Amino acid sequence: MSSSSERPAPATRREVSGRPPWVLVVPALLGLAFLVLPPAGLLVRAPWPTLPGRLAEPHVLEALRLSLVTATAATAGCLLLGVPLAWLLARVSFPGRRLVRALVTVPLVLPPVVGGVALLLVLGRRGLAGQWLEASFGITLPFTTAGVVVAEAFVAMPFLVISVEGALRAADQRYEEAAATLGASRWTVFRRVTLPMVMPGVVAGAVLCWARALGEFGATITFAGNFPGTTRTMPLAVYLALETEPEAAIVLSLVLLAVSVVILAGLRDRWVSAP
Amino acid sequence: MFARLSRRAAAVPVALALAGLSGCGPGGPGTAPAPAAGSGGSAKEVTVFAAASLTGTFTALGRDFEAAHPGTEVRFNFGSSATLAQQIVQGAPVDVFAAASPATMKAVTDAGLAGASTTFARNKLQIAVPAANPAGVDELKDLAGPEVKVALCAEQVPCGAAAAKALAAAGLAVRPVTLEQDVKATLTKVELGEVDAALVYRTDVIAAAGKVRGITFPEADQAINDYPIATLAKAPAGAAAKRFVDLVLSPQGKDILAKAGFETP
Repeated sequence: MSSSSERPAPATRREVSGRPPWVLVVPALLGLAFLVLPPAGLLVRAPWPTLPGRLAEPHVLEALRLSLVTATAATAGCLLLGVPLAWLLARVSFPGRRLVRALVTVPLVLPPVVGGVALLLVLGRRGLAGQWLEASFGITLPFTTAGVVVAEAFVAMPFLVISVEGALRAADQRYEEAAATLGASRWTVFRRVTLPMVMPGVVAGAVLCWARALGEFGATITFAGNFPGTTRTMPLAVYLALETEPEAAIVLSLVLLAVSVVILAGLRDRWVSAP
Repeated sequence: MFARLSRRAAAVPVALALAGLSGCGPGGPGTAPAPAAGSGGSAKEVTVFAAASLTGTFTALGRDFEAAHPGTEVRFNFGSSATLAQQIVQGAPVDVFAAASPATMKAVTDAGLAGASTTFARNKLQIAVPAANPAGVDELKDLAGPEVKVALCAEQVPCGAAAAKALAAAGLAVRPVTLEQDVKATLTKVELGEVDAALVYRTDVIAAAGKVRGITFPEADQAINDYPIATLAKAPAGAAAKRFVDLVLSPQGKDILAKAGFETP
């Protein structure tokens, strides 16, 4: 991670002189307002006097802990499977590669609830693979914390794959070729040359993946259910609180917002804007 | 193309995360008040917010109403009563509200948005099991068995409150695997065979038409749900709203409700 400081400054940093044209500035500011105002609304409507007391409630901390643990586990799983997948798509030509590339992005366009139903039909107790998992290993995923991780990983992995694949395609392949000419095996080239070169892309992808997993709602509630301590993550707790206690929902939302902003802001400047 | 996409994609998940936060994200069915009543000056539109468990009966009643009043359209927003009540309090333009519990109706009347409500139906809980009944559930106390996977509604919604009351009346401690957001979601878990049993309304078991089996249990009598209906004080449809409520309370309405498994007063 410390290698970021050694990265040379991008050559495109030179700014073009002149006043920024209003055709770009006006929509840019509107876009900014559109993204920033709704979360700001949460701050305005927050029940500040009762906030500390509400935050200390055990179920809030429980849901927050569960959210952080599952999002991190889902990201780890995505890294383990997603980086090799991205490499495959960027570096190995095989028939049907364009189709596979399109399939990888399906969870992006799929409504998450549909993703949850699909997971149930495959990994549920009566699902195609789920039946076998239960019969052979006694493992059932729905209604478990592992189920939450699976649902989050399903929805979040495309973000990682797309980001890493983009970095791989943008990277200069001549370094890899040089290493290969010097006798390095493909695995060595990947480990010693490719991976260090695209590390910023991997970290950026992991951050996006983590953020998406943290906010996951639809697939989680459909596939993993909703039980405090095991499957009720922050977004689920927010939705449930909205039923009876909108103020509690605002508090929960603020907590999730604060945590994600702190983490994303901490990483964005270093990684997300990297090539 | 993908290299460029990856840079642009940086903004996407943040927006997605916020969409999730605001509750109108991916999985929030019914959180957006769909109907924009009073459009085009035609007051010939009655907007009804009704509990999810009324989906079948009210859709039928809406068709009857439209047949009896040509040119009038009835629009429904079905969902969890608690969510609907919140939407009404937040200013959704509604003519009629039919809730699955007096508590959720109270949220609307307490806000001064509706006058007196009338109880038009009662619903009772049943144990729903998959058609094959894999866990061999026969009565309420079987739900407390250690190997039995049970789905209940969350206590914040009417079916969950009723389930808690019935279980308390029976003196049972049931540890469910999930607390679902509304009664239809709970029933779906049974239909898919992901749980061995769930407590849902009798009407939902009937509506599932053979896909699940319903088991009656005596403690259900101590957790009967009253369904109140009211016209909103500022109903955009005015008199038409009142006429729809009259239809629900009429012998014709009672007949439709009774056929679906409701008890009518």
